[in-house]
Amino acid sequence: MSATETSLQNFQADIDKWMLENVPKKPGFLLPLTFLEVGTEQQLDFLREWQHKLWSAGFLGMHWPTEYGGQGADPAYQGIVDKALGAHNAPIIFNTIGLNWTGPLLLDVGTEEDRKRYIKNILTGEEIWCQGFSEPDHGSDLGNVQTRAVRDGDEFIVNGSKIWTTLGNYADHMILLARTDTSTARKYDGLSFFLAPMKVAGVEARPIRKVTGEYGFNETFFTDARIPASCLLGDEGGGWRMAMKTLEYERGVIAGQASAHSMQSIGLEDLMDAMHDFERDGAPILEDAMIRDELVKLAIEAKANSISDRRAGIPALNTDYPFGIALSNKYRHTEYARRLKMMGAHVQGAQGALFMEDDKAYMGGFWQRAYFANFGTTIGGGTTQIQANIIGEHVLGLPKS
Amino acid sequence: MSAIIGSKKIDFSEEQGMLLDVAREFVKDKSPGSEVRKLLESEAGFSEPVWQELVDLGWTGINLPESVGGSGLGIAALIPVVESMGKGLMGTPLVSTVLAAELIRRAGGIAEEDVLEDISGGCAATVAYLDGSDWGGTNTGVSVDADGVLSGSKFMVPDAAQATWIAVVGSDAAGDAVVALVAGSDVTAQAQASHALIDLTKRASTLDFTGVKAQRVLSGDKVASAIRDYLLIGALLTAAEAVGSTSACLAGIVDYLKTRKQFGKLIGSFQALKHPTVDIYVGMEHSRSLVYHASSEIDDGPLSTEAEVACRMAKAKASDTIQYAGDRSVQFHGGFGFTWECDSSLFIRRAAWSQQQFGDAMHHRKRLAPLLLDA
Repeated sequence: MSATETSLQNFQADIDKWMLENVPKKPGFLLPLTFLEVGTEQQLDFLREWQHKLWSAGFLGMHWPTEYGGQGADPAYQGIVDKALGAHNAPIIFNTIGLNWTGPLLLDVGTEEDRKRYIKNILTGEEIWCQGFSEPDHGSDLGNVQTRAVRDGDEFIVNGSKIWTTLGNYADHMILLARTDTSTARKYDGLSFFLAPMKVAGVEARPIRKVTGEYGFNETFFTDARIPASCLLGDEGGGWRMAMKTLEYERGVIAGQASAHSMQSIGLEDLMDAMHDFERDGAPILEDAMIRDELVKLAIEAKANSISDRRAGIPALNTDYPFGIALSNKYRHTEYARRLKMMGAHVQGAQGALFMEDDKAYMGGFWQRAYFANFGTTIGGGTTQIQANIIGEHVLGLPKS
Repeated sequence: MSAIIGSKKIDFSEEQGMLLDVAREFVKDKSPGSEVRKLLESEAGFSEPVWQELVDLGWTGINLPESVGGSGLGIAALIPVVESMGKGLMGTPLVSTVLAAELIRRAGGIAEEDVLEDISGGCAATVAYLDGSDWGGTNTGVSVDADGVLSGSKFMVPDAAQATWIAVVGSDAAGDAVVALVAGSDVTAQAQASHALIDLTKRASTLDFTGVKAQRVLSGDKVASAIRDYLLIGALLTAAEAVGSTSACLAGIVDYLKTRKQFGKLIGSFQALKHPTVDIYVGMEHSRSLVYHASSEIDDGPLSTEAEVACRMAKAKASDTIQYAGDRSVQFHGGFGFTWECDSSLFIRRAAWSQQQFGDAMHHRKRLAPLLLDA
């Protein structure tokens, strides 16, 4: 499908119609707002079925090649689908680590065999992916990964543990960063990158309870787990480069992701809706001067964020720091979202002190949960503070911390 | 599309791109640090030959129609020029002049074309707006009688000493807002008292217009909206200038953090300095995005609500960002930062000046609230 203006407009109309007819109704349980929060079998089954439905209709990975399950279309089409998913408040497309990180990575640097083996099942939701980068003692210091993979003939024997493994207890595969050589001069050169099977002896994913009280990620233990050497992606010792590339997909620095709808976005409009339900000093809360100023500050930040994203596409307006806006994407958006959601709890007065389990909690504790859950995005994938280091060093040229 | 966020338009024309390149080079060439320092002490605050070059480049008429000798490129074309001047802390009466042209053009009619021709031809002009310190006041305290004779004075009139034309905001006998066009030469030296400004690259005076006869008086239903638009465009141009100054301030901080050592380490490796510097950077990019967004929303007609929102957001964000940048620049330069000699002094002074032009961040956020929240 080419992307003429007419064809895109027609497609927009088609997709709106499809969404109206096919976006599932809210089930009788709270759905995860992000892919980091799939905590029950019930949620998983629901989301897997929904992803499969979207793919079957031809609306997932539309710009991926047809031989791997995509549609070979212009990326603009997927952009329209993703916007429509947001606009129709559709449940998230949950297999994010496969769809947005592993898939594009394989299309970029994988072998033909890898692509044939993995990509279609990522799109259909048949195979779930997780990521094994962070370790219990090395959250942000990725170069210091200690999980060992020792070659034994045509296998590697893996020992160690990974933490914050989102979807780990459900996953079929993991993108795994492990140390294959402890003797290299640079710590980075001893790392290798694997497309590792999860359902083998010696791999155990233990769910971790989160600050929200829910589950969604795991600590994953490897105890003499044997994985085929053919699982290596790239060269032995070339894992750091692969990991960095993965992070670029994860942070949205480069495009190619199958669907941007991995989080149900919560915006200022949602916060404005909540404004109708509360009072301060016996008057509608929207008349409160302090509240008004906080909302205006959020609106300025939201607008500046989205216009900056657009400005990144105008090279003549980015000559001083050419990649600064893209590299600050995660820093800007996740911190804004944190402040927005915190405000959602603040406006509730005493009710803001209730949580999900209380039947008097406003919207079932939606805002409190959203605020807590947002830490997944300001911590996961390189914390805000690591992002600040990256921007400081790579955009401004400041010395390494 | 959400109502509260509204338009996300950002255009950047080929002309704007060329002007940005030319203006950056021009300012780099004409306003090096030594020249900025030299002009701080001068009476005029700017270099007459440089002003002439700038006039020859057509910048005093960039926003004006071709019929009065301008380039017809609108306010959008001024943004890259003003931003570049902010970056080089260049002293010039350009912003005062183009703002006067905008006010006169929007409040007046065909009869005012001669004044606009003067301006596009290089005569400096300014607007006498403030009665006192309140940007949110009515500021029509100068009365203009039926013969066009003024009574009362105006506070902090920018670049008044240079102005061939002064557009004085006041009111007529009926109490309606008017714009009196006064020839600068009609205001005697005794009636002018120059201010000691916090930003020494700027010049402003209190002017007593009592007894001065206006050359003509603009009245009628266009005046009120022209004044409103002048205030918004003034806020936008101040924001554009602030963005430029912020980027230069940031570059100065980064340079220092990359060269200064303490405890055997470059101080830029300390996150306590690095992370706030990143916040200055992100704030600067956000301000710049909002400034260019606002310039995309302005045309020759009365400003739309979208344009008003954009100008106010740009000013609020750019003011707070330059304030933060200037403040941190002094702090991060340590003992040196506390000295006159350090350029941080120029930036924190520019920040303090910029914040107070056309209303500070709080002024604009207060006015954004009904536009965003009560729609």
